[in-house]
Amino acid sequence: MMDGITPEAARHILPAGPGKVVGRGVARIEDGPLLRGEGRFAADVNFPRQLHMRVVRAELAHARLLRVDASAARTMPGVVAVWTAEDVAEIPPIPFRATKVRGLEPYCQPVLARDRLRYVGEPVAVVFADDAYRAEDAAEMVVVEAEELPVLLDATAPPAEFAPGLDTEPTVVRKEYGEVGAAFRAAHAVVELELSVGRHSGVPLETRGAIARYDASSDVLELHGTAKKQHWNRDEIARLLGRPPNGVHLFEGHVGGGFGVRGELYPEDLLVCAAALRLRRPIKWIEDRREHFVATNHSREQHHRIRAAVDAEGRLLAIDDAFFHDQGAYVRTHGARVADLAAGMLPGPYRLPAYRVAGHFRLTNKTPAATYRAPGRFETTFVRERLMDAIAHRLGLDPVEVRRRNLVAAAEMPFARPLDTLGTDIILDSGDYEGLLDKALARFGWDAMQEELAARRAAGECVGAGLAFFVEKSGLGPSDGVRISIDATGAVELVSGAASVGQGVETVLAQICAEALGVDYARVRVVHGRTDRIEFGNGAHASRVTVMSGSATWEAALAVREMALETAGTLLQLPPSELTIAEGVVCRADGATGPSVTLAEVARRMGPNAPEMRGRTPGLTAERWFWSDHMAYPYGVHLAQLRIDRGTGAVTVERYLVANDIGRAINPVLVEGQIRGGFAQGLGGALFEEFRYDPQGQPLSTTFADYLIPTIAEMPVVDVLIAEDAPSPLNPLGVKGAGEGGTNAVGAAFAAAVDDALRRPGAVTSLPILPAQVRRMLDGAA
Amino acid sequence: MSDAMHDLTLTLNGQAHAIRVEARRTLADALREDCGLTGTHLGCEHGVCGACTVLMDGQPVRACLLFAVQAEGRAIRTVEGLAKGGALNPLQRAFAENHALQCGYCTPGFLMLGTAILETDPGISDEALVEALSSNLCRCTGYANIARAIRAAADAMSTEGAA
Amino acid sequence: MKPAPFRYHAPRTEAEALSLLAELAPEEGRVIAGGQSLVPAMALRVARPSHLVDINNVAGFDRLAVEDGWLRVGPLVRHAALGEGAVPGPLGRLLEVVRGQIAHLPIRTRGTVCGSLANADPASEWCLLAATLGARFHVRSLRGERVIEADAFFGGFMTTALAPDEILVELRLPVLSDAAHTGFHEFSRRAGDFAQAAALAVLELREGVIAAPRLGLGAVEDRPRRLLEAEALLAGRAPSEALFREAATTARAGLVPVDEDPYRLDLAETVIRRALSAAAGMPAP
Repeated sequence: MMDGITPEAARHILPAGPGKVVGRGVARIEDGPLLRGEGRFAADVNFPRQLHMRVVRAELAHARLLRVDASAARTMPGVVAVWTAEDVAEIPPIPFRATKVRGLEPYCQPVLARDRLRYVGEPVAVVFADDAYRAEDAAEMVVVEAEELPVLLDATAPPAEFAPGLDTEPTVVRKEYGEVGAAFRAAHAVVELELSVGRHSGVPLETRGAIARYDASSDVLELHGTAKKQHWNRDEIARLLGRPPNGVHLFEGHVGGGFGVRGELYPEDLLVCAAALRLRRPIKWIEDRREHFVATNHSREQHHRIRAAVDAEGRLLAIDDAFFHDQGAYVRTHGARVADLAAGMLPGPYRLPAYRVAGHFRLTNKTPAATYRAPGRFETTFVRERLMDAIAHRLGLDPVEVRRRNLVAAAEMPFARPLDTLGTDIILDSGDYEGLLDKALARFGWDAMQEELAARRAAGECVGAGLAFFVEKSGLGPSDGVRISIDATGAVELVSGAASVGQGVETVLAQICAEALGVDYARVRVVHGRTDRIEFGNGAHASRVTVMSGSATWEAALAVREMALETAGTLLQLPPSELTIAEGVVCRADGATGPSVTLAEVARRMGPNAPEMRGRTPGLTAERWFWSDHMAYPYGVHLAQLRIDRGTGAVTVERYLVANDIGRAINPVLVEGQIRGGFAQGLGGALFEEFRYDPQGQPLSTTFADYLIPTIAEMPVVDVLIAEDAPSPLNPLGVKGAGEGGTNAVGAAFAAAVDDALRRPGAVTSLPILPAQVRRMLDGAA
Repeated sequence: MSDAMHDLTLTLNGQAHAIRVEARRTLADALREDCGLTGTHLGCEHGVCGACTVLMDGQPVRACLLFAVQAEGRAIRTVEGLAKGGALNPLQRAFAENHALQCGYCTPGFLMLGTAILETDPGISDEALVEALSSNLCRCTGYANIARAIRAAADAMSTEGAA
Repeated sequence: MKPAPFRYHAPRTEAEALSLLAELAPEEGRVIAGGQSLVPAMALRVARPSHLVDINNVAGFDRLAVEDGWLRVGPLVRHAALGEGAVPGPLGRLLEVVRGQIAHLPIRTRGTVCGSLANADPASEWCLLAATLGARFHVRSLRGERVIEADAFFGGFMTTALAPDEILVELRLPVLSDAAHTGFHEFSRRAGDFAQAAALAVLELREGVIAAPRLGLGAVEDRPRRLLEAEALLAGRAPSEALFREAATTARAGLVPVDEDPYRLDLAETVIRRALSAAAGMPAP
């Protein structure tokens, strides 16, 4: 028995196969208001007498800040206040969550720049005015005097000075096991590659927003427009502003996409809170799109120098990787998490006797970086799978065969690697990697396709195919709780410490609740992202909600069920074991007709004034927590077939398959949606999206005309194979997260397919794969 | 600039809304801030993402690229006008049934674009549908279900029309 | 991304519009038609007109007619209006093809042909069309009317011969002969984006050889233009892939691209060859 499920809870494991509502692609309960235009996104939140905040941002990538002159701005119509660093001197820099790496603290971002400007877009001053248009007018009048300093834009360049006594490499993430040196000495062959992944990010359609108000009558500070990590953010906002956490409430409305970047604690969140307290008026800040491109977390930019030692059969003996992680200008809330994930997850699905990695976590004069869907994995899957292709080429092996020889076998599960990431030991909990590979190859018609591609090449077409295997991680602990209550009308409410970023959390939790409880899932009200409704929570990130909050939901619902059956048993004078709940009514389990009672009636009988409840805590309600020390590891394979236009170098994806084993699909339609949407983002990172900078550090991708998000016209038909062959033993539902597998291996699969089309193994060494580069490769140049 | 204020009457989903705005106020901001119709979303404010798509005299337009003063006397339709008496219309139903939305932020823009397509060219070819839908960005769904939903709505409406 | 303040004027007649513009142009007043390029620039505050003269309500500005061998396009003709059947013959078919490449549906319903020309983005399809076909630009101000030929209208990157107080009141495109064949090809990384290279070929085939060739290139140099050396090479020769490759190579040698990237020149060759092949009814190379 691994951790995650207590022996007591093990009695309640959900049996395999579709349940009454779990495992079915039922319609979402979220959709009604969103379809009617009745959603409540951040910009939809308004309070009487609110002021609008506008941020004045640095226009130089690196400079000594000499003076900020706000005198003209203060006289502009509608302006109530203008703040610079001096006005917020008492607010400490924004901290990070991952505390394992020491020494990062001096690199955290102040809410307003103090003496240095470190990236274009850094907040320097804020204007508060009665109207968003006038706030923007006044912000233009703030004069920032600064003296330019040399910029550092390349994370592989030697570190420079960050501040006296501190250089731009705050830490190196090192992990190692096995006899790496010996393995390389004994190797049949050593394969070496230099690979890089471009800077891109989540870029949700809704920009960030933060609306704060202070209610002096109850001494409560409210923050609206929040997402993802409400409870941690509440605690930190309270600490940084010197208030007790119970006097700060965070509210989550609708969130227009999260993808890792939304819901972290940013300077603007603290600024609106501080201003609401000081100016005693509600403060509204809505990020505009140009700001978003320079202010919200970037991601992905890494450069790897990797070597593999292999035996004559192409089996991995050791991997030695040194990579340079371009963190941008400051350490943000994730600390060194992405570098840590990259280092920990790089080995992926393969048996690897020895491993050494040094992740150079380096600061540059660009927008700070953090997590984006499949953080550290999109990057390292590209690197690892490029390596596997290179090994295949070196030894004259088929790319599929070289993977087969190295995949961890089903019989080896659970497979412990002497590695850790996110503070957890990496134990691959379950999986049949080769089984899924076979299914995927068959579904794609891989062998027949090879013949077809050969014929097309002979006819002059430039076509190719490639594949990439990946291992994801999900269900990061340590805990999550859910409280389920049934009121005197029979209405079910589920309060969770999770958050929703638009992925369908409400529906999935409602399905799990309904399965256990015997009620209609569509009538379960799911409350999330509200610190005033539940004391603790760990939010929505790292594909953790279905695993953690889903398991807590399952156990809380079973507890409520047990309570309801017990009370109903007393009312009906039948033993609870002979009862069940169907459509909200407690009735005989054997189907025989007989007395029954509604859950509403049961709840009324459990009210505080019911004589039977004297001496007991009233209410048909239960709160249950789920704990996990280890993550659940989904896995899969991406297969791509594409063609290249020789005239332009443009890549057109002809067919694509994502095969993903997620243990169990609570709602297969939503899982497919996650995978297909995740693929679209992977497609962006693989072929289209990149934050580019000029040599002075001026950002060149600051509009949607420069930062190319794929449209429907760029999207191929994506086939999705959801496998449930390897349920996780770590939770009662058997689930693993489904949010990131669609993104993870896209860059890797495209790289392999482009190589194949070009007939040039190893040609692709960087992402995104741009038409101009492909065109050069067609001409034979590197 | 009080002398630059304009008194306007906008016709929104058949209802008149009298507002007083600066000339520079975009139609999108006027809808959201002055008329309380926050279903029209702003994703970029520079005309690329399509989240603010509304219908003006039956044609899909970007509400961020129009000034409110320019919309006076025109019939504007927004997402709030689609459901009748709270009941989802066939296109909205098709979006729900085909899982054509996740976070829902781009959805109003796609619904209005889809409405224009269904009203002007219900038998639209697959190729033309992709071309038309390529005007709006979605970051969650990967688009396939959006196209499927519009196709399903067209089929449902032609069946209803024939019945 | 809210525009800076401006005063708004909505003339009802051309005379009123010209008079307003004469008064306001010196104070950085500008004409707004579709606004699909101007308003984004205002949102980014890179354009900050103090006055906008909105011509959307000017009577008669939406005229679109074929007269005396010319297609006359008024200042309020939207991209979408050049749709199926609006104009007969080869020119009409060409306009349909080109219109389909312009941005996206909700932009085409609002943006105008003349507005694109006045904006003079080097990647604009209408600018390429006007330059290649030899359009005439009728412009008016209170000072009077003048006619500008296509090769004099485009003055460089987003620059035209229009004076600040002038309105482009009509674009005239020559109606193509029934014998004309046209081919248009552009490349952009993403659907509906501005082209990185675009080419338009118009030619006739008389007794198996090319006659009256016109070949234009957009998005590569700071303005669209005809490629006269390549045209000279094509005239009187039988269409073939080899000929079109030679024409593209010849054209490339004379180009002054907007950036140093040789890739853009590669694209220029590709779109030229594809436009010519399309015009000649040959498969795309």
